[in-house]
Amino acid sequence: MAILETRALTKIFPKAEVGAVAGVDLATREGEFLVLLGPSGSGKTTLLRMIAGLEEPTSGEIRIGGVIVNDRTPRERGIAMVFQSYALYPHLTVFGNIVFPLKARGVPKAQRRGKAEWAAGLLGIGHLLARKPRELSGGERQRVALARAIVREPSLFLLDEPLSNLDAKLRASAREELEQFQRRIGTTTVYVTHDQVEAMAMGDRIVVMNQGRVRQIGTPAEVYDDPADTFVATFLGSPPMNLIETPEGILGFRPEHLAPPGTLAREEPAQTLRFRIGHEEYLGAERILYGALDGDPFAGQKAVARMSSTHAARFAPDTVHEFAVATRNARLFDRKTGLRTGPAVRP
Amino acid sequence: MLLPAILYVTALVGAPLTLAVLYSVGDVRVGSRGYHFVGLANFFSVLGSPAFRRALANSFLFTISSQALVLVGSTLLALTLKDAFRGRRLLRFVILLPWVAPVSLGAIGWKWILDSIYSVVSWMLVHLHLVKPFEAPMWLGQPRLAMLSVILVHTWHMLPFATVIILAGWTAIPKDIPEAAAVDGAGFFRRLFQIEIPMMLPIINVALLFGVIFTFTDMTVIYILTRGGPYDSTQVLPSLAFFTGILGGDLAAGAAISIFLVPLLVAVAWTMLRSAHRAETV
Repeated sequence: MAILETRALTKIFPKAEVGAVAGVDLATREGEFLVLLGPSGSGKTTLLRMIAGLEEPTSGEIRIGGVIVNDRTPRERGIAMVFQSYALYPHLTVFGNIVFPLKARGVPKAQRRGKAEWAAGLLGIGHLLARKPRELSGGERQRVALARAIVREPSLFLLDEPLSNLDAKLRASAREELEQFQRRIGTTTVYVTHDQVEAMAMGDRIVVMNQGRVRQIGTPAEVYDDPADTFVATFLGSPPMNLIETPEGILGFRPEHLAPPGTLAREEPAQTLRFRIGHEEYLGAERILYGALDGDPFAGQKAVARMSSTHAARFAPDTVHEFAVATRNARLFDRKTGLRTGPAVRP
Repeated sequence: MLLPAILYVTALVGAPLTLAVLYSVGDVRVGSRGYHFVGLANFFSVLGSPAFRRALANSFLFTISSQALVLVGSTLLALTLKDAFRGRRLLRFVILLPWVAPVSLGAIGWKWILDSIYSVVSWMLVHLHLVKPFEAPMWLGQPRLAMLSVILVHTWHMLPFATVIILAGWTAIPKDIPEAAAVDGAGFFRRLFQIEIPMMLPIINVALLFGVIFTFTDMTVIYILTRGGPYDSTQVLPSLAFFTGILGGDLAAGAAISIFLVPLLVAVAWTMLRSAHRAETV
C-alpha cells in the first residue's frame, strides 16, 4: 500500500480558467524520495499544498496510508512539512519550535524534551536550543525546520524548495546532507523543486510537471535518457536536448551524444551530421560547441555539442565538421504532440 | 535644520506645560492678578479632597475597563476581518465610522439613545416586556449604570482604531507561519493563542498604549453624556481638572490635577514601550 496516492487530483483557482493542477495520478513507494520537478507555475507547490491539506482540491482524491483524506484537516493527516521560508515561529526558541508539534498533538510533557533533543541531535543543532530563529544562519534555520518536521516521526514528509534560500555553496552540502538524512530516517518524502540538479541528485524518482500536468514519472536516468516528450527533453539537461525537425518527426539527442565520429565504436550504428561551429564555451571540465547543422535535410537547425575538455580536437568558428550521433542515443518525437514515438534504450 | 522643530515643540508643548507647572505651584485664580509661589500646597489640598480621590479611582476604572473591552473586541473584530470574504471592504469601512466621525457627534447620538425619557434601548426593553413602562433603567442617571454607559460608549469610540492597528499586525504575519502551525497539528485556539497573538504582541502593545493614553486624558464622552455626574460617579481626572480649573475658576487646583496625570502617563508609556521593545529583541 502506498503511503501517498493521488487520483485525478485537480485544482482550479476561481480566476484562472485552466487548472493549476490537472488530473494528477501519483503513488509513492515505501521510503522513497519523490521529487516534483517543474518550472514555476507548473502546479508542483499547489499539488504539495493539497497533499498537506492547506489547499482544497477541486476534484480528485488524496489517500494517505490508503485512507481518503480530502476532508481531513492538516492536523488529522499526520504529515510534516518544511516550507520554503522554513516558517519558524519567531517568538519561540529553537527548543520551543521543535517541541511545538509534540505539544499540539498532546504528547505527554515528560517525553517531549527527550524527543526534541533526539531530533536536534540528529540534525546537529543541539547547542542551539536556547536561541531564537532570528539569531540563526540560513543553514541552521533549515535544520531547525527539519527537526521540527521529524520530531513526531511522521508517515510522510513534504518539503517545499527547502534549499532555495541558501547560498549556492551551502546548497550543495545541504543537498547531500538532506539526502543522507532522508535515507537514514527512511520516511517517504515528497520534495518540490524547480532545480533539476537537486532533482537528479536526490530523487529516487522524479515527477516532471508542466502546466498542472504530470509529463513523466521515472528515475533520474529514465527522465534524462528517455524523456516522454519534448518538454521533458528540453527542461532537463543543461544545455537541453537537441531537437531537430526531420521528415519522420522530431529527432532528439543530448549534446554529449553529438561527437566526432572517431569517438564512437567502429561498428556502432550512427547517424552522421554535418555540424557548422558557431562559438565554443570552455567550462573547465568540459567544452560546449554551439552551432548549426549544415547540408540537407537539416540545414540551418541549431545544435549543441558537449565534450570533455580532455578531447584534443580543436574547432575553429565557422568551419564545418562531420559529427555523429549513435542510433541508440537518438530519440524520435511526434511533431504534433511532442510525445515520444521511439526508439527507447530499454525495452 | 532642527530649529523649526524646536520652535514648534517649545511653542506647542513646552509653553503650555511650563505654564501649567507654574500654575500648579502658585495661587492663580480666574480674576486674580498676583502670583505667589505656594509650593506643593495645591497638590496636598487636591489630594486631600474626596472628589479628587474619587475621580482618580474612576479614571482607573474607566481606562482599564474600556481598554480591556477594546482589546478583546478589536482582536475579535480583526479576526473576522482578516480573511477575505464578500463585502469585507464595506464592513471595514462601516467599522471605521465611529472613529472617523467626530466623537462629540457620536456621543450626542448616544446621549439620545440613553436618554431617560426617549431612550430607544428602554423602549425596546419595554416592548420586549423585559421591564415595565416607567421602570426602565435610567442609563445615565444611576451611578453604576452611568459608569457602565460611559465605558461602553467610549469603547465603541475607541474600537475601530485598535481594530485597524491589530488588523495591520495580523496581515503582517507571513501566511506560512499559521499554515506551518496547522500542519504541526495546532487547532484554531492553539494557533491563535500560542502563535498569532504572541507574534502580534508588540503591535497589540502599541494599540494598548495609545488607547490608555487617549482614554486617560480624554473627557469628551463623559462631558457630553454625564458631565461627571450623577454625584461625581463618572468624574475622571481630566473632567475634574476642567470643572475645577476652567468652570470653577481655580486655575491652580485645575493645573495641579492635570499635572498629577503627567508622571503617571509617562510611567505607563515607558513601561509599555519597554515591553514592546523587549518583545522585539528577545
